[in-house]
Amino acid sequence: MFSGLREKVGQVLVPGDEFSLEVQETLSLTEPLKPEKVLLGPGLKRRGDRKLLVVKSGVLRHKQPHVFWVENHQRRYVPAKGETIIGIITVKSGDVFKLDFGGSEQASLSYLAFEGATKRNRPNVQVGDLVFAQFIVANQHMEPELVCVDSAGRANGLGVFGAGGLLFSVSLGLVRRLLRPRSDVLSDLQKLFPCELVVGMNGRLW
Amino acid sequence: MMEVCGSTNVSLREFGCEQTLLSRPDGSASFVQGDTSVIAAVYGPAEVKVSKEIYDRATLEVLIQPKVGLPSVRERSQEQCVRETCEASLLLTLHPRSSLTLVLQLIHDDGSRLACFLNAACMALMDAGLPMSCLFCGVTCAINADSEIITDPTAAQEKESRALMTFAIDSKEQRVMMSYTKGSFSVHELQQCIAVSQKASENVFQFYRDSVRRRYSKNL
Repeated sequence: MFSGLREKVGQVLVPGDEFSLEVQETLSLTEPLKPEKVLLGPGLKRRGDRKLLVVKSGVLRHKQPHVFWVENHQRRYVPAKGETIIGIITVKSGDVFKLDFGGSEQASLSYLAFEGATKRNRPNVQVGDLVFAQFIVANQHMEPELVCVDSAGRANGLGVFGAGGLLFSVSLGLVRRLLRPRSDVLSDLQKLFPCELVVGMNGRLW
Repeated sequence: MMEVCGSTNVSLREFGCEQTLLSRPDGSASFVQGDTSVIAAVYGPAEVKVSKEIYDRATLEVLIQPKVGLPSVRERSQEQCVRETCEASLLLTLHPRSSLTLVLQLIHDDGSRLACFLNAACMALMDAGLPMSCLFCGVTCAINADSEIITDPTAAQEKESRALMTFAIDSKEQRVMMSYTKGSFSVHELQQCIAVSQKASENVFQFYRDSVRRRYSKNL
């Protein structure tokens, strides 16, 4: 569909590179028209109706069947819905906690968004605690919102943690490599010594 | 595009660049043109003061530090040139109510200072992973007493020139994004200098591509 997009997979692209949509010269009357879909990940943006623009410098990657994205060495985290992060509670005011996760503003976490929390049974969270939470609202227009419970109401690993332990800041690329299904870094680490690891996609590691 | 006069030479000094050399900022780059050397650092998108926040765009702040002394009026005017160029090429609407800070430190000045600031800024913004619609580069032209156009002049050549011009050129259509001129020159000479700068910018953009390719070569 986008000429040259598949050819450029694995190559280094810079901002300003454009891909344009091929216009089909002849339409077949016997075969149904198959609409082709392309899913754009980070680093690629749609410009107008027929153009694709590269906005970050990096390597173009492809995942079957039709996902494309640009992989780069970014250090700053930008929140995205559904990602799990490690946040530090900074403010505890009334019904809402404010968390610092390393982004441009602080995220809010309601006290009811914990497993088994009710108005009477408040969770035991103090300022300075580490929280492993998931974004439910994360776009550029609104304040990011986190929850410590999944859609079924169970904690599933989310929540307050880390009474003893160390928090490290690492690059986003290392975090993605650790979270891969068959991660080489993680398997090497496990061979060295057994450890309990919490990996936040905002570049924080506990 | 204007015809380039036979007596011009589109020769640029040796380039050098390094990305991610500082550990604290989100993106950093150093750019060397001959003996002129600049380090750029980018922080962002980060928290912004309520007084400075813009509701639909990111707030870009540029700080230029000279080699000795405190920043003065000359640095302020150069900051404005760099900021306008960056704002034209960055996609600021993707990070509203955030701040982007660009700090440029002059290490050594041997002519073409503003062009070197622009080049270092572009490489640092790319290194930080900020979304940009196009790349930009800076090219300086000087017209000397014999009305010859010299690209990328040294400090000595700048001193004996009768006109000095710096243009910021974008990578998609080689158009002029920003111009900063000093001295006296005719309209025809201005157009010639723009044409020469557009031609020279191709070398700079090819250098950007090669640097980025080398940087990601371990990932390929």
